[in-house]
Amino acid sequence: MAEGGSALRAYRSLLGAQARAQASYRTSFVVDLVGNVGATVFDVVTVLVIFGVTRELGGFTLRETLVVVGLSSSGFATADLLVGNIERLPRYVRTGLFDAVLVRPLAALPQLLLMDVPLRKLSRAVFGLAVLLYALASAGIDWTPGRVALAVVVPPAAVVFFASVFVTTATVSFYWVDSGELANSVTYGGRDFTSYPITVYGGWFRALFAYGMGFAFVSYHPALALLGRADPLGLPPWVGWVSPGVALVAASVAALAWRVGIRHYRSTGS
Amino acid sequence: MGSVTATVAPPTDAHVTPWFRTFGAIVAAGFRRHATYRQAAVAGVVTNTVFGFLRCYIFLAATGAAGTVAGYDRAQLATFVWAGQGLLAVIAIWGWTELADRIRTGEVAADLLRPVHPVTSYLAADVGRAGFAALARLVPPLVIGPFFFAVYLPRQWATVPLFVLSVLLAVVICFGCRYLVNATAYWLQDVRGPMILWTLGSGVLAGLYFPLGFLPGWLESTLRYGTPFPSILQVPLDVLVEREPMSTGLGLVGIQCGWAVLLLALCRLVQRRAERRLVVQGG
Repeated sequence: MAEGGSALRAYRSLLGAQARAQASYRTSFVVDLVGNVGATVFDVVTVLVIFGVTRELGGFTLRETLVVVGLSSSGFATADLLVGNIERLPRYVRTGLFDAVLVRPLAALPQLLLMDVPLRKLSRAVFGLAVLLYALASAGIDWTPGRVALAVVVPPAAVVFFASVFVTTATVSFYWVDSGELANSVTYGGRDFTSYPITVYGGWFRALFAYGMGFAFVSYHPALALLGRADPLGLPPWVGWVSPGVALVAASVAALAWRVGIRHYRSTGS
Repeated sequence: MGSVTATVAPPTDAHVTPWFRTFGAIVAAGFRRHATYRQAAVAGVVTNTVFGFLRCYIFLAATGAAGTVAGYDRAQLATFVWAGQGLLAVIAIWGWTELADRIRTGEVAADLLRPVHPVTSYLAADVGRAGFAALARLVPPLVIGPFFFAVYLPRQWATVPLFVLSVLLAVVICFGCRYLVNATAYWLQDVRGPMILWTLGSGVLAGLYFPLGFLPGWLESTLRYGTPFPSILQVPLDVLVEREPMSTGLGLVGIQCGWAVLLLALCRLVQRRAERRLVVQGG
């Protein structure tokens, strides 16, 4: 019990030191806050621009697509705020900094996440949530108690799913030191994939991302259930309700991948 | 002689041949340096391929029944996307903080002692890097794309040399922009702010997120003729897919020449200013 308390204190002081350090470059911090909103703003702007040249995308209107975008961007931005730092793992492994993390008497994963807390990403998560709320309010959803419950459960499920993807893909660097931007293809690729109705994609590519990796359950199927639309691809309506379950499976996979990966870790020895 | 720094003209009269020899040597060194990061190149190709699929499907969905959008048909859009994914790495649009890091740590002092102007030597190294990227990063998406999508091949032979020239100018223009962003470290120390603004602005204004033709006409023209951003990505791609007649393509490459000269001159000016206030700590 006492040990748990001291570990918590250590994490808190790590977090405090980070916050103070970042706030000391005040101008940069403000520009960072603004710039980070920009990333998510441009994702939404891209959708608006595309709808500027077409009336519907993959059989979905702008209002319907915005529900998909809102679920995706709020989920991704919040996961990025909480665990996005894990994408620095390849650099820590390559430079040997990860050794220093391992010899400290604290768990490795929380330490990594707290080593550079991206407070600047707060603005992005807030914007993502605003987009989601606007989309839900303007899509003309026929609200039933079930749909309200779904709308409450699905955004956290999306956060858990994206967080799991961040952790799982980062573990690749335990095996492949120079994996570089490989993880981006699944994390940021997943974000882009979930920002559009999956009907726009085709062939094995859609099958791989939507069901092989489970990205269809982040935004597409829940959006269908909220909007009360049948799946043009023919899956039954209840599929929209399983996304929390899929998120839990993803979290278990991530936990397992992390454990196996960290056991496999060999220092680069430099 | 007053102060002696790398940006003050050397006392001996400069010969053109040795200058080219030096430039060529640094280009070759840049090529070799990046040729050692082979695993990273493979990882990059995988990422480009995933985004090639994503963007291609999304833009194609926007073409609708008519099969065209903003002056591109479906095959032209596919070429635009896949060649664009390759070009991203050739121009190295994101992630270059070498100069800023060296300024922050003071290592830039070593660059200033060399007998080559820092803008020249960094440009030469970047051209070498781009040369390797053209082989390792531009060729794969150009080969992979046609396996899964109908792509557009240039109909006129002159398009190919014009595309090569346009890409070379895009490399120089993108280098100039990145150098300026990095050089803010002389004044700011922490360049995260300018860097994130560059990352955001360059992606959307260069035509990566969507072809700028998707925007209203007046906005596309303003960006094309009033800012350097489209010149680093959209212009070479428009030249490649022959979106407009050859004469327009030539005009766009001419504008690229203007931006390249202007930005390099600006880099030298900023560097000169910065050296007057640079204080390197420690010994």
